[in-house]
Amino acid sequence: MSQESHPTTPEGAPHPEPFQPKIVAFVCNWCTYAGADLAGTSRLKMAANTRLIRLPCTGRIDPLFITKAFEQGADGVIVSGCHPADCHYATGNLHARRRFAVYRELMAFLGIDLRRLVFSWVSASEGRKWADLVNETVRELNALGPRNAYPAVDREGDQ
Amino acid sequence: MKEIREVASALLSGGQVDWVLGYEEDAKGLVKPAFITDPAQAARLIFDPRCVHNLAVYLLPGRRHVRALGRGALVVKACDARAVAGLLREHQLQRDELVLIGVRCGGVRQDPGPDAVLNEESVAARCALCPERTPQRVDHLVGPELPPPPAGNRDLLREIAELEALTSEARFAFWSKHFSRCVRCHACRQVCPLCNCTRCIADKSQPQFIEAAPHLRGNLAWNITRALHLAGRCVGCGECERACPVDIPLALINAKLSHFMHERYAHEASEDPEQPSPIGDFRSDDDQEFIR
Repeated sequence: MSQESHPTTPEGAPHPEPFQPKIVAFVCNWCTYAGADLAGTSRLKMAANTRLIRLPCTGRIDPLFITKAFEQGADGVIVSGCHPADCHYATGNLHARRRFAVYRELMAFLGIDLRRLVFSWVSASEGRKWADLVNETVRELNALGPRNAYPAVDREGDQ
Repeated sequence: MKEIREVASALLSGGQVDWVLGYEEDAKGLVKPAFITDPAQAARLIFDPRCVHNLAVYLLPGRRHVRALGRGALVVKACDARAVAGLLREHQLQRDELVLIGVRCGGVRQDPGPDAVLNEESVAARCALCPERTPQRVDHLVGPELPPPPAGNRDLLREIAELEALTSEARFAFWSKHFSRCVRCHACRQVCPLCNCTRCIADKSQPQFIEAAPHLRGNLAWNITRALHLAGRCVGCGECERACPVDIPLALINAKLSHFMHERYAHEASEDPEQPSPIGDFRSDDDQEFIR
């Protein structure tokens, strides 16, 4: 990935700040949120680029939330919840798994780079896995550079 | 054609149904849906390759004016019968509320007129993907066995493969170009027998998830959502694309997701209302390669 990691303004002048990807993380209350909490209390070093959004279950994550995150300028999205068979509501994550599989396929077909859309299972005891996931995603998004397509969508039609 | 009229006339005069919904030809040679309530009028009914409409959309519970007419019979092609099965599966309809007159289909045109010629120019692209041209589970099956439709100029699967060979930036540019033309008339939703939420998310304004203005930002959110809500439910009748006033190739997205559902979950939109829809169902051993 030798892509330019510094964004440019619409005029093409280099941006003064180095690129920091904005990542929206949709996490379930019972596993990944607790896992992320564990990563924090264990004082694991991790990038501060994620904005965590806590939901009851991955089954509560309407794919429209993810669309909306991209629309509002996220460079990447992480979706994470309980491992299969670990769901607080028994099968929420299994329903979600199918929905995400289809959503991923659709987004790829519409031209969203799938490296920007990360799905993961992180349990309440996997603080290390969460920290690694965030760091790795930030590293990948840094290499990919800012997601310009949606900001371009924002500007489209403006005079 | 004679058979449909006979069946319709018999159902109406026998008092089994209050109305029959089928197809008729208008003065310009275009085919349009026809409600028949009088047995003497049954002679208006026709069936030929111009009968492209999916009449199952009239059965939606929201169409109270249709329900108010009483018990009805519906003329269905195989694709329409799959849509009826979709409504039965999702409990939008009771099977005994309805008489189905199935017609054997030899493929339909892209447009409902002006003539009934079916060749590689005029044939609907979706007919090439049709798994079964004879409707099953109907009360009356009419019409002769017809030969398969000619191969059309438009090959959806090839177009999908061509798109997938592009880079994701090029694909995004392709779809942005199409979606930026969307005027958000929601004709794709209104014409779809399976787009049947009582209140559509696109109409909600508090909170507003999908911007209502015809701007690419909201257009993308709308088209992504529409496609996703129909994944594994779409019967491939192609009405959304036909209704689209700005010719967005929606059939490509629908065919892509149907193909994926088939590949991944061995799901085929069928006429069996007992078969679960793949979304809203799961298996504990579903593929999760993509989940880290």
